[in-house]
Amino acid sequence: MQRLKAQLYQLSYLFLPLSVLVLLIVINLIKGADYFSITMVKGAFYGEIPNILFGASELVILSIGMTLVTAASQGQDIGIGASATITSAVFVLFVLNAGAVNLWTIVLTIVAGFLLSCMAGLVVGAFNGILVSVFKVQPMVATLILFMGGRSIAFMIDGKVSPILANPISNQIGTVINFTINNSKYVVPIQTPIILTAIFIVIVAVVLKKTNLRLYVESVGINPSAARLNGINPKKIIFLTFLIMGVCTAVAGFIAVNKAGRHDSVNLLKFIMMDAILAVAIGGNALSGGKFSITGSIIGAYTIEMLNRTLLRLEVEPAMIKAFKAVFIIILMVIASPVVRVFAKKVLYKAQTIVAGVTVRKTGGPNNAVVSDTDTSGKKEE
Amino acid sequence: MGSMNTIKPKTRLSNSNLLFIIAGVIFVLMYGFALISFPGSFMQFQTFFDLFNLNAALIIMTLGLCIVMIVGGIDISIGAVCGLVTMACAMLLESKMGNVWGALLLALGIGIAFGVLQGYLIAYLEIQPFIITLAGLFLAQGLLTTIHKDPINVTMPAFVSLRDFKIVIPWLGTQNRLGNFIPCEIKPGVIVVVALVVLLAALMKWSRFGRNVYAVGGNSQSAMMLGINVKRTIFFTYVICGLTAGISGFVFIMTTGAGNIGNGALFEIKAIASNVIGGTLLNGGVGNLLGSPIGALTLLVINELIRAAGVQSNFQAIVSGLLLYLFIVLQSVVMSLRDRRKFKLALPPWLRLPGKKKAGNQE
Repeated sequence: MQRLKAQLYQLSYLFLPLSVLVLLIVINLIKGADYFSITMVKGAFYGEIPNILFGASELVILSIGMTLVTAASQGQDIGIGASATITSAVFVLFVLNAGAVNLWTIVLTIVAGFLLSCMAGLVVGAFNGILVSVFKVQPMVATLILFMGGRSIAFMIDGKVSPILANPISNQIGTVINFTINNSKYVVPIQTPIILTAIFIVIVAVVLKKTNLRLYVESVGINPSAARLNGINPKKIIFLTFLIMGVCTAVAGFIAVNKAGRHDSVNLLKFIMMDAILAVAIGGNALSGGKFSITGSIIGAYTIEMLNRTLLRLEVEPAMIKAFKAVFIIILMVIASPVVRVFAKKVLYKAQTIVAGVTVRKTGGPNNAVVSDTDTSGKKEE
Repeated sequence: MGSMNTIKPKTRLSNSNLLFIIAGVIFVLMYGFALISFPGSFMQFQTFFDLFNLNAALIIMTLGLCIVMIVGGIDISIGAVCGLVTMACAMLLESKMGNVWGALLLALGIGIAFGVLQGYLIAYLEIQPFIITLAGLFLAQGLLTTIHKDPINVTMPAFVSLRDFKIVIPWLGTQNRLGNFIPCEIKPGVIVVVALVVLLAALMKWSRFGRNVYAVGGNSQSAMMLGINVKRTIFFTYVICGLTAGISGFVFIMTTGAGNIGNGALFEIKAIASNVIGGTLLNGGVGNLLGSPIGALTLLVINELIRAAGVQSNFQAIVSGLLLYLFIVLQSVVMSLRDRRKFKLALPPWLRLPGKKKAGNQE
């Protein structure tokens, strides 16, 4: 019973993102029953659900990093789009200059380029992290610098307008992997960005499970000075979260540039920071730091992509999509707001007491059991 | 300056004054540097007035955002609201019942509507300001593209005369190459800017509301215990911010005379940057309203400088990012030097700032 209660308590964090997800699915099912249908095209799965997983892959990765940054530093990184552009510019530069011809050398250069872009991501993260942790600048202001100048830096690295990645491997990373062994063709049925995102999520989950990162980040986010008195160096932890954010931007930039097949330094992941912050908020995390739930953020990110595609599916005019999105977000946040929650709890409590009173009057038994019942239900609501 | 505000603790107040002084010094240094390096263009008074003429909308927006930032919130919808206002006004003026006063009312109405909506949701329902104003940004952009997609050039005679209206200062001006005297010109938007700066600065300095804003931004819990209506204070800051966004939209269309989707895009980022340079902290409780126009002017002078230097446009963004970096680091270093006692003596006497001396004397 205790265990069940604890699990329920954990699930209540995910109440908001999950309910939104269910609502969107219901809307989509009303529109057309073929929502879950998956078709095989050339050996790979396509359909609404795979498309959502495919489209949201960068957003998921960035929202994971954003969750950590938000939890530790009590602010948001608004320069992630520009950072991802810089890291992917490094990747594209390396791959194009390597001039590999053979299949395996191309694979090697792509892996090396990816590692190099991760290094670039670490540098970008260190830049932001030093500003936030050492100089105590608010994260939103510190990352404003890269937001303003980052895309221009990426353009300078490129040296020209949108260089094209024309090798077969990046095409496969962007879409579907297919390979031939002994003259027979094999196709991995799931699109590669989905696989990469899943691998990334698993790595993050393992790291959070096996290390003290979650505890440290949460304690720093709740109260930095208290954390310092307990022997946790808040500067180091905040710096670390920004480094992780840098790696996340590198991975997201890698996926985005391989998806697009070209490096457009002006439009690559342009307004993703808004969506990433929104994903963190929909996931039930406080934007003022403290406790966080990566699962919630991931679900939030997929929810946003699903919302975008739902609006397209409902044939809303493209010009009005943003307004509809705004109305949806406002309704969502009103439902999830603390005041409405407290009010709902009060109403529930009153209803329960009235029902309990009626039953007590009917049975005429002692009301000990009734009181304990209302107590537990009250805790569950929290 | 130290004795004006009695509610807030002295150290914090001198913090905002210190940041304001830094911003002012940086602006003066920047303009001095510009005068030395490009005397041909920056020596002209018209260049200085053009900073106001062309960017009045941004400065007005910065003022409203400053109040919201002092109370500890943020409003990122202002740029999109400004764009929406320009497009709505252009639509109204081009339609048959077009009227300049009607357009002004429409601008104020849109601004106040956004301010009231966001303020209510943030103050009374306690939702995170970033998310709500982000939704406001999406809403304004969506409405903007819904009402009209293509640029509209307003051709209504009454409005065109207002657009071309200039106040000429006959005793200030420059000789052009032919030897003719060209007097300086000021657009009506500049007067709006000056009036709003005076009005809002007075509001923040001497009214009960302004002091409440500082108190709530410093610590909302203790402000509530002092009997301040925290929710109402936060609500009205957002209403004021929405109102200034509406005014800035009207000033924008008064300057350019056209409604366009790109109007006011990313102004919110510029406004946040100018406020930060002007010495307002995003945490709230610290800031000076007079600092925000100075911050905006500093940012604009940087852009003008880079443009005058003839650098490539990509370099322009990088250099303005770097300069922003320098300001932020300078601010933070100065603040930390002030906070740590042991570093106080390390400062040479010519580096000591007036606000700092006062604090030292009190201790």
